[in-house]
Formats: sequence, structure tokens, C-alpha cells
Amino acid sequence: MIIATNVNKQFGKLKVLDNVSTTCEKGECIALIGPNGCGKTTLIKSILGMVVPDSGVIKFNEKDIKNQWEYRDEIGYMPQIGRYPDNMTIGQVLEMMKDIRNKKTALDDDLIRAFSLPKLLDKRMRTLSGGTRQKISAAIAFLFNPTVLILDEPTAGLDPVSSELLKEKIITEKENGKLVLITSHVLSELDDLVTRIIYMQDGKLLFQKSIEELRADTGEVKLSRAIARVMTNEGA
Amino acid sequence: MKKIIKYVIFDILRNRIVLVYTLFLLASSFTVFSLEDSGSKGLLSLLSIILIVVPLVNIIFSTIYVYNSAEFVELLVSQPLKRKAIWLSLFSGLASSLAIAFFIGVGIPVLIYQANIIGFTMIAVGITLSIIFVAIAMLATVRTRDKAKGIGVAIMLWLYFSLLFDGFVLFLLFQFADYPLDKLMIGVTALNPIDLGRILILLQLEVSAMMGYTGAVFKDFFGTAIGLASSAGALLLWIALPLWFSTKLFNSKDL
Amino acid sequence: MGGCAEVKFILAILSLFLSFQASAKIIPVGSRQQFKTVTAGIQAAAVGDTVLVDAGYYKEKNLQILKSIVLIGINYPVLDGENKYEIISIKADSVEVNGFKIIRSGHSSLVDLSGIKIYDSRNVTVKNNILKDTFFGIYVQNGLNCTIENNQVIAVGKGGEQQNGNGIHCWQSEGMRIIRNTVTGHRDGIYFEFVKNSIIWRNTSVKNVRYGLHFMFSNDDTYVSNVFENNGSGVSIMFSHRIKMFNNFFEENWGDAAYGILLKEISDGYMEGNYFSKNTSAIYMEGANRIEMRRNTFKNNGWALKIQASCSDVVLERNNFIGNTFDVGTNGSLVLNRFINNYWDKYEGYDLDKNKIGDIAYRPVSMFSMIVEKYPSAMILFRTFIVTLLDKTEKIMPTLTPENLKDQAPLMKKAF
Repeated sequence: MIIATNVNKQFGKLKVLDNVSTTCEKGECIALIGPNGCGKTTLIKSILGMVVPDSGVIKFNEKDIKNQWEYRDEIGYMPQIGRYPDNMTIGQVLEMMKDIRNKKTALDDDLIRAFSLPKLLDKRMRTLSGGTRQKISAAIAFLFNPTVLILDEPTAGLDPVSSELLKEKIITEKENGKLVLITSHVLSELDDLVTRIIYMQDGKLLFQKSIEELRADTGEVKLSRAIARVMTNEGA
Repeated sequence: MKKIIKYVIFDILRNRIVLVYTLFLLASSFTVFSLEDSGSKGLLSLLSIILIVVPLVNIIFSTIYVYNSAEFVELLVSQPLKRKAIWLSLFSGLASSLAIAFFIGVGIPVLIYQANIIGFTMIAVGITLSIIFVAIAMLATVRTRDKAKGIGVAIMLWLYFSLLFDGFVLFLLFQFADYPLDKLMIGVTALNPIDLGRILILLQLEVSAMMGYTGAVFKDFFGTAIGLASSAGALLLWIALPLWFSTKLFNSKDL
Repeated sequence: MGGCAEVKFILAILSLFLSFQASAKIIPVGSRQQFKTVTAGIQAAAVGDTVLVDAGYYKEKNLQILKSIVLIGINYPVLDGENKYEIISIKADSVEVNGFKIIRSGHSSLVDLSGIKIYDSRNVTVKNNILKDTFFGIYVQNGLNCTIENNQVIAVGKGGEQQNGNGIHCWQSEGMRIIRNTVTGHRDGIYFEFVKNSIIWRNTSVKNVRYGLHFMFSNDDTYVSNVFENNGSGVSIMFSHRIKMFNNFFEENWGDAAYGILLKEISDGYMEGNYFSKNTSAIYMEGANRIEMRRNTFKNNGWALKIQASCSDVVLERNNFIGNTFDVGTNGSLVLNRFINNYWDKYEGYDLDKNKIGDIAYRPVSMFSMIVEKYPSAMILFRTFIVTLLDKTEKIMPTLTPENLKDQAPLMKKAF
């Protein structure tokens, strides 16, 4: 569904994406992991067209995304830090997003209800905590029933209850056959979710393995331990 | 695109700064007209506001606004929207709300006290300058990533257009006093929208006679349909060119 | 001086009146009268007679008046010069021409064809006439004690300076009284050359092609309560001495080289109570000496005063300067003129001792006006931010503006 081939991106002297190639298919839930500044977010943004790669091709449904915008209709994106116009209320932001997406099909407002957002509709964005903003970002990402979900650090800043709600939602959607891309630092959270791991470091795609492969290779059940094992093996 | 413009305007109009700016213009316009015994004196005082305050507020406000909406823009870019549409909507929203602020703040008092060709020219020039400096601000912001640096660039640009450029012209006049520069000056004014706007207004204020030969040359040029059309064209270019460049840059900008 | 002229004027009228009493005969002219043409009427008249012309249309070619008679029109009979002739030529003393409508004189670049021309005569009165489309309107050549009163002189020409003569033109005359006339559309509204001891009083000279009043080599003249408005270049006074001007209005003389009044090579002038408004330069002085200006008002002019370095002993006292773009412009560091007790609306000083006189001097010359004087093209920077800054700096630390050009005792409130 998404095919990246030899994607390169440089910010000044810093090479943030170094010949990255990968393929993501429907029904997958892929975890993009790696240390800070390894290029995860840049890769995501490249897929979203927010960052324009210096070279390489990204295809979405077999079509090059360069200078395209329609394909984003099938993507729900939850940014790392969701910032919205300060003077708007939550209700207005939701209305605006609906307005912009202009979806004819039914909306998925599970998360809106799960996070009890309807109670807060009149709150202005500038008065909100980071956590509440994350909830809104998440709600918007899922609202339009997209076939691809791209979630950048989805649980950072969320309280445990909301975090759990979000995870449940992700699992449901995965089972509905959607493609989910997640970046996260907190590996323990990903245990029940992911089907595949993409590990990046210094802009390079170090390895990508399905979760079964990984468990088989390392003999570890816990993702965090499995990764640690891989890293030590690689080092050795 | 209409939708985004709507939201941008909606957002800006809720911003207190634009409200304060409108009230400031409104207060100064009414003060100027009620203090000065003759209306045309009032227009002259307003001229300084239009030529100095309007560009300053427009360029600084637009710069800050664009930086502050970086995340909002990011959000929009991740949505199924054309980048060009987002950028032009941001411009249209800023330009129209600041133009409206100007129209309420200066246009309405002028229409009340001086509803004549001079007044109309002033309103037209003021609105055009408002839009031009939004376009320039957007070019400045798209070029510079850092907010502080961007605001610095905006202030420098304002300083350049309202002060340094004229200083440079004065220097040229001193250096080449022996040459007939008057015709050249018409071309030079086109390089600064503030100068162009100022001369268009001054010619309506009938002070052209005071400008002596220079004034006559100007009147001969700007007084004709061709002159008027080309100066209007130059002003429109001052909107179109920065906007075109900034859109091009924004299209390939990493967010 | 003014009083003296008036007495003379009354005496002149009285003497005329008495002469009629002695032997005046009335000669009627008109389509239903004994004399059908004015020429015939004039021929029939003897010295002291009155020719009374009925309303009507007369094509008399050139009317020559060679004896002291009175020519009176009833309800403005029209004398048509058919664009060929000088219409009335007066060549005798004590003639009066009163109440005619004189139209279409000839135009010539060789001879100054006029509506009414007075040749070498004294005590002639021309009054209550309407002159329309004449080359020159009323022309006095070598006149003495003549009165030109209450005439309307209107040129409808295409406006070029060459195709258009002056409205009231006096040359080589003395004791002229130009009173309450209206002149419009001519080259110069009122023209004086070598005219002495005369008065110009209550005339209106508007929309003339060149000057409202043009004055050359004419000494000891006074002009009072005239209105000069919207003339091509305003009023020009040159090479004349002992001129007095009271209560005149100089308004709306806008243009590239337009002045309210141009004073060139003038000495011993006195100006009081004049009102200058909306002129490009209200007063432009060049080579003027010993001019006193008191209680004049300068309002909304481009320059209130342009005073070239060639002027000396010009005194400005108790004048009001209000709303002028530039108060004073000059091309040098003139020190020979005196400004005192004027009111300047741009004055920003204070009056701590409450004597209604500002405690610090006012410098009426701005830096920008100096720059413009030297580099006229710099005017394109008029009302720019940089110019405002330069002017403010100069006010604090004068470097370019003449050190001695200042009003030591500016008034805090209007002088009158």
C-alpha cells in the first residue's frame, strides 16, 4: 500500500534519511522505533508529503505522491504535538476538520465519545492541557475512517486510562484491515499491537522484522527485551 | 480553499491584536479629523499613518501570525489539501482581515469626512499597501525557519521600505544632482510600494505643484491613464511577485 | 496718500457735474431715435454734451471720441467690433463712457487692439461697462487722473498668452483709479507699466492666464482690498518702489511656478492685512529691500515665504503663519532680514514667564526646504519618514539651516 524506495533527505549537513526503503501493507501495524533523532518523524512526514525527500520515490497505492494531495484523504495523522488555532473551541476544530475533509461516509466518533470530548466542546484550544490536545489529535486521526493511520508518539502525554482506550481502538482498526504506522519510545506499550518492527538509527533503516520473526530470533516475548537482544547481537 | 480562508479569517478576527489595530486606526483617524480644522490637513496626518504604521503593523503581525500558525499549517498540510491552496488561503485570510481592519479604521472615517477622490485614493492605497506587506511578510517567513530571525527580517524589510530606500534615493539625488533624474525617479519609485503609494496620494492632494518640475513630470506620468494603470500594475506586481515566490518556496518546504 | 486720491476723485466728479450744468445737451441714439448710429450721435455732439444710446446692437467699426463728451448706454447697448476693430478710441480729456456692452474687438499681434483705449488724455472715466471677448479690455496710454470703475472684463479666448491681451492695461500714466472691476480670462488681469501715484481698489482678478496683477516700473502706487484668485502665476510686482498693499486676498494660485505674489527688485514696500491662502508660494522675494510686512495671514500655502539671499532689510512682524507646508524657504544664509513677534503654528516652544511670547526662538526654515531649494528633485521625498526624521534632528541640532534666520520672539497665540 505504501512503498518507499531509496528515500534520502538531508537537513543541512545532517543526513536524516539515508536510503530508506520499505513496504507497508494493509492489516499491518508497524512500529517505527529508534533513538531520538533517528529519522522516524521525518520518514512519517515524507509519507505525508510534509517533508519533500531529496531523492527516492514514495508510492501510495502505486502512485508517486510527489506533488499529490488527494491520497491524504485515506490517511489519518496524529502528530507528535497537536497544535490548533488558539482561539477556536474544540467543537469548532472538530467542525473545521469535518468541513475540510468533507467526508460523505459515516464518521467514526468512537474516540470522541471514549475521551468524553463532547463535554469539552466549548473549551478554547489555548486553555487545554497537552494531554487533552493529544486526545483531540487522536480523535481527529480516526474520525474519517481512513485506510491508513499514522500515529506519531500517540500515547505520550496521555493518562493511562486514555492510553489504554487508544490502544484498544488501534487494535480494532488493525483488525478491520487498516494499515497502522506508530512511532514510539515506549516499547512496552507496543507489545499487543504491532505486527512488524522497523528499527531506524542515524537515518538508516537498521532492520525490519515481523514480530513473530523477532520473537523466534531472540526467544524473547517482551518486545523491549527482544529489541535489546537484537541490538546486543548486532553490536557483537 | 474557501473553507480554509474562512477559518483563517475567523481565527484572526478573534485575535485581539487585529481588534486593537482597528481601534487604534479608528481612534487616530477620528482624532486627526476632529483636531485639524481643515479636512485635507487631516488627510495629510493620516498619510503618515498609512505610510508608516500600516506597513509596520501588517508586516509584523503577518510574520508573527504565520509563525504562530506553523502547527496549524502543519495540520492542514497533513490533510488532503493542496499546499498552494493552504498558503494562498493563509494569505487571503490575512490580507482580507487586515484590509478590512484598515477599511474600518481609516476608510470609514475618511468616507465620513472626506468622501472625495483624495479620500478614495487614500483608502485604495492603504488597502493595497496592507496586502503588499502581508505578501512580503509571507515571503520573509517562508524563507526563514527561526521565528525570532523571521521577525527581525520583517522589521528590517519595513525599515528598508520606509526609511533606508528613501535615504538611498536622497543620496543618489545628491550624488547625481547635475543629471536630469526626474524621469528616472518614476522608475525608482516603482521599486518601493510605499513611495509609489505616497506619490499617488500626494498627486491627488494637489501638492504636485509644489514639487516643481519633478511634480510636473510626475503629474504628466501618473496623471495619465497609462501612468495610473502602470502604477496600479506595479502595486499589483508587489503583491503578485512576493506571493508567487513564497508559494513556490512553500510548495517544497519541509514542515 | 489714499485719502488724497479720494479727494481728487470727488473733485473730478464734481467738476464734471458742474460742466454738464453749464451747457449740457442730450443727444439720443437708437433705432427709434433721431440718430440711428452712435457714430452719428457722437458727430452731432458738442463738447459737454451727453450721447444717450438705447439698448440695441451696433456695429460701428471703430468709434473715435475726439471731444469731451459723455457717452451713456441704456440697458447695455451692444457695440460689436466684429473681431476686426478697436471698438472705442478716446482721444480727448474728460470723456465718460458708461453702461455699454463691448464685444469682439479685433485681435492683432502688431497693434494692441482694445475694447476701450484711452490715448494721451486726462480725467477720462470708463465705468459700468461689460467687455467680452476683446483682445485688450481697457487700455490706457499716457493717461492722467483717469477712472476705470465697475467694469466687467471677460476674455473668452482660447487662453494662449499670445492670443490674449490684458484686461486693464495702463502704460505711462499717473493718478489712475482702478476701482471695483472684475477681470477674468485675460493674459494679465491688471497690467501697470510706468504708472505712478495710482490706486487699485476693490478689484477682482480671477482665472487670468498669466498674472492677476502685473506691475512693472510703477512707483508710489497703492492697492487695497483686491482679490487675486486662481491666476496662472498669481501676482507679479517688479522693479517698483514705494508700493503699498493693504487687505488684499491672494488665493489658490497653484501651479508649477505660481506665486501669491512675486516681488522682484522692489524697495520700500509696505504690506499689511493681506491674506494669502492656498498658493504654491505665497510670497516669492528676489532682490527686495526694505519691505515691511505686518499683520498678514499666510494660511495653507506650499511655502508661505520664499526669500532669496538677495533680499535685505525685510521685516516681518506680527504675521500669522498657519498650516503652511513650509513656512520659509531660502537659498542662502540670509542674515539681513528680521522676523519678530510672528505666530507660527509649527512652533513647539514654551512660555514659562507667561508673557505670551515663546521663550525660545523659532526657526522657520526646515532642513528639507533647504535641501529642496538646492536639489529640487528631492521634492519626490516629500512626506517620507526619512525627511521627518531629518527635520526633527535639524531642529535639535541645526547644521544646515541658516543660523540667524529665526524669530527671536515668536508669539504663543495668533497675532490677531
